Amino acid sequence: MSNSIAEKLFTIRYKVDDQSHLIIKDQQVCLTCETKECTHFCPADVYDWTGEMTTVAFENCIECGTCRIGCPYYNIHWVYPKGGYGITYKYG
Amino acid sequence: MANEKFDAIVVGAGPAGSAAAYTMAKAGLSVVLLERGEFPGAKNLFGGVLYRKQLEDVLPDQWHKAPVERHIVEQRIWLMGKDSAVTFSHRNEAYKEPYNCWTALRVKFDQWFASQAEAAGAVPIYETVATELITEGDRVVGVRTDREDGDLYADVVVIADGVNSLLGKQLGIHKEWQPDEVSLAVKEIIALPKEKIQDRFNLEGDEGVTIEFMGETSLGMAGMGFLYTNKDTLSLGIGVMVNHLKKKKIKPYELLDHVKKHPMIRRLIEGGETKEYAGHLIPEGGWNSVPPLSGNGWCITGDAAQLVNFVHREGSNLAMTSGRMAGEAVIEAKKRGDFSRETLRLYDQKVAESFIRKDLVKYKGMHQILKEEDPELLFTRLPQAVNRAAYEMFLVDGVPKGEKQKKAIQYLKQAAGGTWNLLKVGMKGWRAMNG
Repeated sequence: MSNSIAEKLFTIRYKVDDQSHLIIKDQQVCLTCETKECTHFCPADVYDWTGEMTTVAFENCIECGTCRIGCPYYNIHWVYPKGGYGITYKYG
Repeated sequence: MANEKFDAIVVGAGPAGSAAAYTMAKAGLSVVLLERGEFPGAKNLFGGVLYRKQLEDVLPDQWHKAPVERHIVEQRIWLMGKDSAVTFSHRNEAYKEPYNCWTALRVKFDQWFASQAEAAGAVPIYETVATELITEGDRVVGVRTDREDGDLYADVVVIADGVNSLLGKQLGIHKEWQPDEVSLAVKEIIALPKEKIQDRFNLEGDEGVTIEFMGETSLGMAGMGFLYTNKDTLSLGIGVMVNHLKKKKIKPYELLDHVKKHPMIRRLIEGGETKEYAGHLIPEGGWNSVPPLSGNGWCITGDAAQLVNFVHREGSNLAMTSGRMAGEAVIEAKKRGDFSRETLRLYDQKVAESFIRKDLVKYKGMHQILKEEDPELLFTRLPQAVNRAAYEMFLVDGVPKGEKQKKAIQYLKQAAGGTWNLLKVGMKGWRAMNG
């Protein structure tokens, strides 16, 4: 009964803002970052490395804050989504 | 809402914030309860165990009306091998009268808890983010929100904005948490028919079971898993320290899927349907990470202040107690007409005299030992050795018991890298658990 991350995220209700609340401060930093840890530790696969830059699927964000603390260069500007936006858990 | 001034603004309608708002509103103070979610609890998550005593301390007349799932009569601890477990558990009818704890779901509980604060007179302002504290000199005098004309002013701001506590960061009272001060927990709510839950966990009616497990399930990272019974769902999750997660490059949801495949877990969740996936940080820095709890015009409570006893998976009860105590200090400040550090320090004193400080101080060495010791040793090799030793002892294969006992001890020594190392880890562990 294991399911893919896409299926897992599908179980969460989102109200997506048209503006990202997660911003990569400097893509140059990502370019030189050797570990690209954000592409692993994020529980919602928000970050992906294209070979040139880090993409941010902020629509998937479950607002945990791991990337805020986990990015070795603190290269992610992290704020909460606008009031009422983002995830709304059904169980919690 | 521009320029209106209140006695207190509470940021965050989780257990800490609602407890504070309720306590102050009930005493007649004008209180605003701010929450960024669509409703209180919309953004909130916990493993799922809620304790009675601290809830009763806040709501002596109403606690029994709290929306809970099952009352816990049995608690199990599992030390996991790869395909095995050494288990320890305690079940007691005495946990029913009065209840010790329940399983609960935050979306239901937090809404109800906040509604108690509203009923007592707190003014709810939801779907609103407190973006920053408004300060005058070294005094906090209000909060800026993401609404138009959204400045709110008060004599005191109670910061209850959870583990990420951007407001706490703004105050500069604690530095950014380090990756070894927080764990990331991921969790699934898995639906199963009531009767199946009752049969599989040996339960009658609304009785419930909690299981905490550690060992091979965390794939060499420091962490703990949990499986709790709700009415007609199970809460299954695992939390691991963020510094280990960074190093291991394991995706959190893959870790959870790994847990789901363990034979001890698989049979309990078999046939269930995942209703919700969720993730949250848990502050696990322990006592040494707790910042000053109050200052001129502010108090900080719950997760935002690292008030979590991760050894006993207690958090929401520390949150409720700290919220209540902050509220009581603000009531006293209102009486004196003095909202400075001098009076609000009463809150720090209350926490210092309570179980919160005593418990966190008791385990203050745990964080250090997890930092120093090889997680592979503590969470893979030792649990595996215990499982192998148990396997040998219970296996009847013609080998005399004396030899088996020798072998069992040998496994433990080998896992630790010798007798001396085993003793050292044991001593360190003992000290870490006893202040």
